[in-house]
Amino acid sequence: MSRIGKIARRTFLVGSVAVAGGVAFGVWRYRTPYANPLKDDLPEGAAALTPYVKIDSDGVTLITPRADKGQGAYHVQAALIAEELDIELDQVSVDPGPPSAAYWNGALAEEAAEFMVPSDGMVRGMAEGVVTASMKFIGLQMTGGSTTVPDAYLKLRQAGASARETLKQAAAQDSGVDAGELRTEGGAVILPDGTAVPYTRLAATAAGLDPVQDAAIKDPADWRILGKPMQRLDIVAKSTGTQEYGIDMQVDGMVHATVLLNPHQGGALNGFDAAQAEGMRGVKAVVPITGGVGVVADNTWRAIQAARSVQADWAPSSMPATMDAHWQALSDSFTPEAQDSRKRDDGDVEAARNGAELVEAEYRAPYLAHAPLEPINAIVRIDDDGAEVWTGTQVPRFVQQNVAKIAGLDPEQVTVHVLMIGGSFGHRLEDEVVKQAAEIAVQMKGTPVKLTYSREEDMMHDFPRQIAMARLRGKVRDGRVDSLDLGIAMPSVMGSQMSRQGLSVPGPDSQIVAGAWEQPFAIPNQRVTGYRAPDLAPISSWRSVGASSNGFFYNAALDELIHAAGADPLEERLRLCDDPLARAVLEAVGDMANWSGPLGDGKGRGVALTRSFGVHTAEVVEVTNTDRGISIDNVWVAAEMGRVLDPVNFENLVQGGVIFGLGHAMNCEITYRDGIAEQDNYYSFEGMRQFQAPRIEVRGLENGDHVRGIGEPPVPPAAPALAGAIFAATGTRLREMPFNKVVDFA
Amino acid sequence: MKLTVNGTEHEVDVEADMPLLWVLREELGYAGVKYGCGVAQCGACTVHIDGEAQRSCQVAAADVWGPVTTIEGLGTPQALHAVQEAWIEHQVAQCGYCQSGQIMQAASLLSYTPDPTDQDIDDAMGGNLCRCGTYTRIRAAVKTAAAKLQEV
Ligand code: FES
Ligand code: FES
Repeated sequence: MSRIGKIARRTFLVGSVAVAGGVAFGVWRYRTPYANPLKDDLPEGAAALTPYVKIDSDGVTLITPRADKGQGAYHVQAALIAEELDIELDQVSVDPGPPSAAYWNGALAEEAAEFMVPSDGMVRGMAEGVVTASMKFIGLQMTGGSTTVPDAYLKLRQAGASARETLKQAAAQDSGVDAGELRTEGGAVILPDGTAVPYTRLAATAAGLDPVQDAAIKDPADWRILGKPMQRLDIVAKSTGTQEYGIDMQVDGMVHATVLLNPHQGGALNGFDAAQAEGMRGVKAVVPITGGVGVVADNTWRAIQAARSVQADWAPSSMPATMDAHWQALSDSFTPEAQDSRKRDDGDVEAARNGAELVEAEYRAPYLAHAPLEPINAIVRIDDDGAEVWTGTQVPRFVQQNVAKIAGLDPEQVTVHVLMIGGSFGHRLEDEVVKQAAEIAVQMKGTPVKLTYSREEDMMHDFPRQIAMARLRGKVRDGRVDSLDLGIAMPSVMGSQMSRQGLSVPGPDSQIVAGAWEQPFAIPNQRVTGYRAPDLAPISSWRSVGASSNGFFYNAALDELIHAAGADPLEERLRLCDDPLARAVLEAVGDMANWSGPLGDGKGRGVALTRSFGVHTAEVVEVTNTDRGISIDNVWVAAEMGRVLDPVNFENLVQGGVIFGLGHAMNCEITYRDGIAEQDNYYSFEGMRQFQAPRIEVRGLENGDHVRGIGEPPVPPAAPALAGAIFAATGTRLREMPFNKVVDFA
Repeated sequence: MKLTVNGTEHEVDVEADMPLLWVLREELGYAGVKYGCGVAQCGACTVHIDGEAQRSCQVAAADVWGPVTTIEGLGTPQALHAVQEAWIEHQVAQCGYCQSGQIMQAASLLSYTPDPTDQDIDDAMGGNLCRCGTYTRIRAAVKTAAAKLQEV
């Protein structure tokens, strides 16, 4: 039986539900005052519990529903709960929900995919960028704005605190001691005489109690776990080859499959000849799927070999035939008709231009593959009365719905097991691989089909980052930046992404200007206009989404103006900065880099700041122009975090984000010819390597009051800070990524 | 054909040209060895053959010239190798997918070059891609591991 406490003013309630041999605590979502399509689906008075803590005779399980794609999300979620529950992380097991375990039912699982963790900024940012259509996809969190809706930072701690207090009540009932005389420690309630009663022994009693609402959560000053260096839960497994990823998953009776997809993006399969493939060792079946062929064998390598021998007749792609035509489509979009948004229009940029010398420039950012190191994969088994899916995904509900559709089942008949992901960067927001596995599996019912992409198929069908173009017209006056008019054109990422789920995205797509319109610089005349280019290649969210291109555009444009004004890149940014949190970040990074200190011969420094996903991140890059090319020597990063929950992981994620931003800016792009991606493996899409990696010093500031994720924010400022440094060292102004079109890197 | 992996001899019936990577992963169940690129560009598949780091995606099953050690044979959660200890201490991994290969490459480097310079690390580790960008920590962890191994 489920129990729900009194309705608090919060938009969520802590609840509990009895489970076999114990109790699960979680958060109920109830009717809320603001519109939410997901909520509206719930009948009056209905609620759904997202369980976070399960206690039974086997032990304490923390349930961490947000997918972990390498950013430590499981760990942070578990730490938030454990902190309040007064249990050590080595005393618990962690279950990366959602829908798997038998102890919860469909109604409980319903909400599991739908909430945010602080470290999951990408999804949050997507939510900010889209309107209601994708709110159903992403969940409610952003509907009322991030300041009015408590996020997981609060929810998980509140659930932990409530569980703790309810367990004390249970101990009080069992022992006859007043609850006020009890304390908790190490996964047990401690009686006044020192006896420790483990939570597991109290679970059954607790299941019969109303969960304590409004249990006090700890003052951060009293934190034992959070805010301190902690060993990530997965770190031993990931250092010993014992971490199981989706690609390692085995299911009884499983067969190994791969796909050969039409290399012309989006083109159909006209026909194929698999005679040779079918005769190859281990090959069990070659079947048509949407836009390609599935090859099933007894070993993945055999499937890949056989797929390469399939002769297919491919229909052409509807994409423009050349990259010039892609760029032309962007160039043609700077029109009033294609205007998507003008979220910033300060002063009068038109008037400010009169009579003054214009600074004009055009900037470009290419398509970029996500290319996580684990090639995408999924296992699907379809039976007449149900289906099961094992995969690493960030969109389990889409997976459930899509497999149901292909299998002719109801979504509730589809069980989705979410597995560990070997990197995503947004790739696992797409679920084509699961659909394709289901299309194969439905042709061989009862057999679990494990579909693994070859690296080549993965990179050529990656749903890359948007291509984007920006145009600057600006002006300086009296040694100051006076006017910045920036237009940005790109296709809608959200539109493209949602279209693959059969959803449309009405209204403006604020990702088109994200990372540019909301920057903390009070330039007297400032305008940022977004232009929605037509759909070109199918694109998807790529680590930091719109800001991944726009952080470069905005900072590069600002740098050109600052240079024209004869000012210093950091000093002028500080002078223009109108946000105290951003100013502190700029000051910190200037300090760390000793910005005004002397520089050796051939060296240069660049600085950039981007506010993205609510986080101000400033970076200084220092390079040397060597005879082998540009060497990136040092990077300093300061970011405003509100609170740093896990300092080691924070540093690691920032360093990784910087390398991700720099590496792609150095040498990565996806280009298309007749709709075919011209890069199909890491030799043509390399990123940064060990010998190119700079020293990276990181500082997290805690001046603000919002806890934010750090997955995305280090990415946008990296490329412009590098461009600024290269300009300082060489005098070469870089306006197009990747920079190796113009300069060499050591 | 016969293969010795982590001290155990296996008889496998595979094509002569099946890459060792797939023999290990799918025929013998050593899933710690990872497929990343298949073309010697990422290092995720790195194992030791005769004690030396090799890309298992590039070695045909019939050509394996000595005993193979995978990450599972280097050390275990219960009995860690010094390189693994260092990797844990520095919390190197993010997604972790490249780290089997990184660790095998580092262990091989340290067996030949016990006290590597930055240049040695750059030279040895340059073929191991980390898409999550953990290079800063990898460098630090290699140095820590070197110190640990020299203490022994
Ligand atoms: S899989 Fe062998 S080097 Fe990439
Ligand atoms: S830790 Fe993810 S690829 Fe290296």
